[in-house]
Amino acid sequence: MSHDHDHVHGDHDVSQHDPEAAERNKVPFYGKRMYAMRDLLIEKGVLTREDIQREIEYMDSRSPANGARLVARAWVSERFKQLLLSDPKAACAELGIDASGLTEFVVLENTEQVHNLVVCTLCSCYPRPILGRPPDWYKSFAYRSRAVVEPRAVMAEFGTSLPDDVEVRVFDSSADVRYLVLPMRPEATDGLSEEELAALVTRDSLIGVTEAKLPTVPATAV
Amino acid sequence: MRTPAYVKGKLGWIERVHGSFRNPESLAYGGDGMPAQPLYMVGFRQTDLWQTRYSEKPSDTLYVDLYEHWLEGVPST
Repeated sequence: MSHDHDHVHGDHDVSQHDPEAAERNKVPFYGKRMYAMRDLLIEKGVLTREDIQREIEYMDSRSPANGARLVARAWVSERFKQLLLSDPKAACAELGIDASGLTEFVVLENTEQVHNLVVCTLCSCYPRPILGRPPDWYKSFAYRSRAVVEPRAVMAEFGTSLPDDVEVRVFDSSADVRYLVLPMRPEATDGLSEEELAALVTRDSLIGVTEAKLPTVPATAV
Repeated sequence: MRTPAYVKGKLGWIERVHGSFRNPESLAYGGDGMPAQPLYMVGFRQTDLWQTRYSEKPSDTLYVDLYEHWLEGVPST
């Protein structure tokens, strides 16, 4: 070594070649392992950096807004609702939402008699190609273990209380099927536009832990 | 394999047929998943799954997607 320096050589090299190195040192064990696996996959030519970047961008372009658009359209159009329930991918295509990343897609309609709730007890199955990444609580051990055995208690913690005569149906998503809840249209929303309706559809209501939001201003108010 | 432990050995009904999908038991070990296996949405009564541990409403139900070869038939009554 002819050049002189007073810090560890390895660190210096890594940060020169990989600007993420400093950030990476702050991440916990599983994160480090993920980075190591990523680097190995790239090194062995299984994936390229561009593949990974493209996938990240794809995932970031998905959001609960897609689900909200589907629901709002179903609230204003009975024909679209029937299509969404019978052929959800065709319904997505009508709104220009790319559902090709989903193997099988099922939409569950909430009614006065039935309330649907989605969970994945084995991992974190979620309709990512439509909604993007699931919230952290969806992946938590507490949600995954409790949603199947005390769904009403879990929903109550989200501020949702259902009448006793409503049947709660829990869907434990485990295989090739992804589920999306179609919440009920709230009362007093007759005058709202489709866009205003979509704003009432939250991510949590698409999972089923809550109902759609109530309009903050009565639809008749000016 | 992808059958949640709490439904094992429990009695349920076929709510709907999703279609046929590549067999995850084969896919998990690098196979091609063929032949494809029929996948069903199987319904259960919560009180059948958890007995008295289920303290909410007796009408509540739960659905899990299960492949045909993970199911066992029972005589219809």
